[in-house]
Amino acid sequence: MDISLIVVFVLASFVGIEVISKVPATLHTPLMSGSNAISGITIVGALVVVGAIGSPWAKWIGFAALVFATINVVGGFLVTDRMLEMFKKKEAPAVPTNGQAK
Amino acid sequence: MIDSLITIAYLVAAALFIFGLKRLSSPRTARAGNRMAAVGMLVAVVAALFEEQILNPVELIAGLALGGAIGLLLARRTKMTSMPELVAAFNGFGGAASAFVAAAEVMRFAGGEEEIIPFTPILALTIALSVLIGAVTFSGSFVAFGKLNGKVKSMGFPGLRVISILVGLGVIGAAAIMVQQAEVFPVEIEMTTTALLALAGLALVLGIFLVLPIGGADMPVVVALLNSYSGLAAAATGFVLQNYALIVSGALVGASGLILTMIMCDAMNRSLLNVLLGGFGAEATKASAKSGDEEERPVRQTSPDDAAVLMSYAGSVIIVPGYGLAVAQAQHEVREMADLLQKEGVEVRYAIHPVAGRMPGHMNVLLAEANVSYDLLVEMDDINADFPSTDVVLVVGANDVVNPAARTDEDSPIYGMPILNVDEAENVIVLKRSMNTGYAGVQNELFFNPKTSMLFGDAKDSVSGIISELKELQTA
Repeated sequence: MDISLIVVFVLASFVGIEVISKVPATLHTPLMSGSNAISGITIVGALVVVGAIGSPWAKWIGFAALVFATINVVGGFLVTDRMLEMFKKKEAPAVPTNGQAK
Repeated sequence: MIDSLITIAYLVAAALFIFGLKRLSSPRTARAGNRMAAVGMLVAVVAALFEEQILNPVELIAGLALGGAIGLLLARRTKMTSMPELVAAFNGFGGAASAFVAAAEVMRFAGGEEEIIPFTPILALTIALSVLIGAVTFSGSFVAFGKLNGKVKSMGFPGLRVISILVGLGVIGAAAIMVQQAEVFPVEIEMTTTALLALAGLALVLGIFLVLPIGGADMPVVVALLNSYSGLAAAATGFVLQNYALIVSGALVGASGLILTMIMCDAMNRSLLNVLLGGFGAEATKASAKSGDEEERPVRQTSPDDAAVLMSYAGSVIIVPGYGLAVAQAQHEVREMADLLQKEGVEVRYAIHPVAGRMPGHMNVLLAEANVSYDLLVEMDDINADFPSTDVVLVVGANDVVNPAARTDEDSPIYGMPILNVDEAENVIVLKRSMNTGYAGVQNELFFNPKTSMLFGDAKDSVSGIISELKELQTA
């Protein structure tokens, strides 16, 4: 196996830690569903497997992989979008409040 | 040439994922960030379609259509209160997909393609690893799913740990057979596939045994950890396929899940090992036996009317939501109540403990659904200093995260856990079904505090009662 794959894995992990540490607690649920959709990148492997393999067994296993990965990708991004749409900052109410607006 | 273009496309996809995740650092840019990541995925999918000649276009389109339809349906139909279950299920699907892709690589050699790529011991090992992580993620996620929607009860039985270790040894054995087979030439594919199937089966059992004994309130940790596994499964499959897109994305998700897991563990002042071994339950029985003789002490009760009056004359109110809010689905009522209070000129904010609810950020999503502005949701470290100057704290279905014993009682199983110091406020109103103890099985000193009054009943009904009284007060 190519050692450069391990190099890439380790560096990407560091990037991940840097980027994710900045995500506020408020967004942790969308972070989970969104990053989960990204882990659906396996869809790439599934597509290659389904597209290329001749043997019937491998084809059906690949098909199952493709269905699962697509659920993961499509469902994950859509539900994250649905959640993030709800995160809004409201205008402070018209009635004066005790310093509620920051 | 086309190969380099495909690699560049994968690089673009990975970059879009990173930029997308970076935009999740603020609610303002988060939605655009998620879309950016989705575009990245589209780029990766298109690149994959060019990677090899497509021999089975019908299966390919059918698979995409079927998965897409199911994903769309789940994403649209699932209620916000069921978000933890959905995320658990998606983790499971991702893990299964990764395991299947790796398994299909073995089948590829069964199809007589072994001359193309050498089936080396290292390839066998990465396939074994990929199937292992993927299968554990799959079965573990579905046990978690069952627990989150209440269908599966937490259980452990004597010897579970020993059996788990034996199953783990079986996994290692099966992997060893695969590696050993790869060294033989020509590869005996029968033996390898049998070992692979055994490994997959044992890994599924392992996933069930790992999640089964973990208690309900530890679910945020488990869901975060499975999230991390689903990423690692994708990365392991990336090693099998030698695909950079999978490795980079898998590493990102693995890191993300790991960080969330650590945040959750810190918020409970427990080590990951302690959560995974389910050690909390055993300590709790000891502690509840000790506090048994204190059950008879009197508590002060209040009514929705009194609570409404108290809050409407307050200068500042902090609402502390917990899992009880999600169970009662009271988020809309709570927001309506807060609106009425704000109209009176009361400052209303929400204090969010990191492990409130059943997954990281659970409360934030529920309150966002109820249209609560996200800048009113304050994290524990930022709001704890404000409790002494707060007139009324309204605790809605939270228990252990507001238990002062975490600060004072060294014998308590939750001692040392960071909590919301609501007992420092002028008045505390606790909405609760009964005097039952929280998950940790410890009685909450807060309920016996003279500043505290209890409002028993379903959170939704209680808040509705407060709302109607507030409306009467305002029209009067």
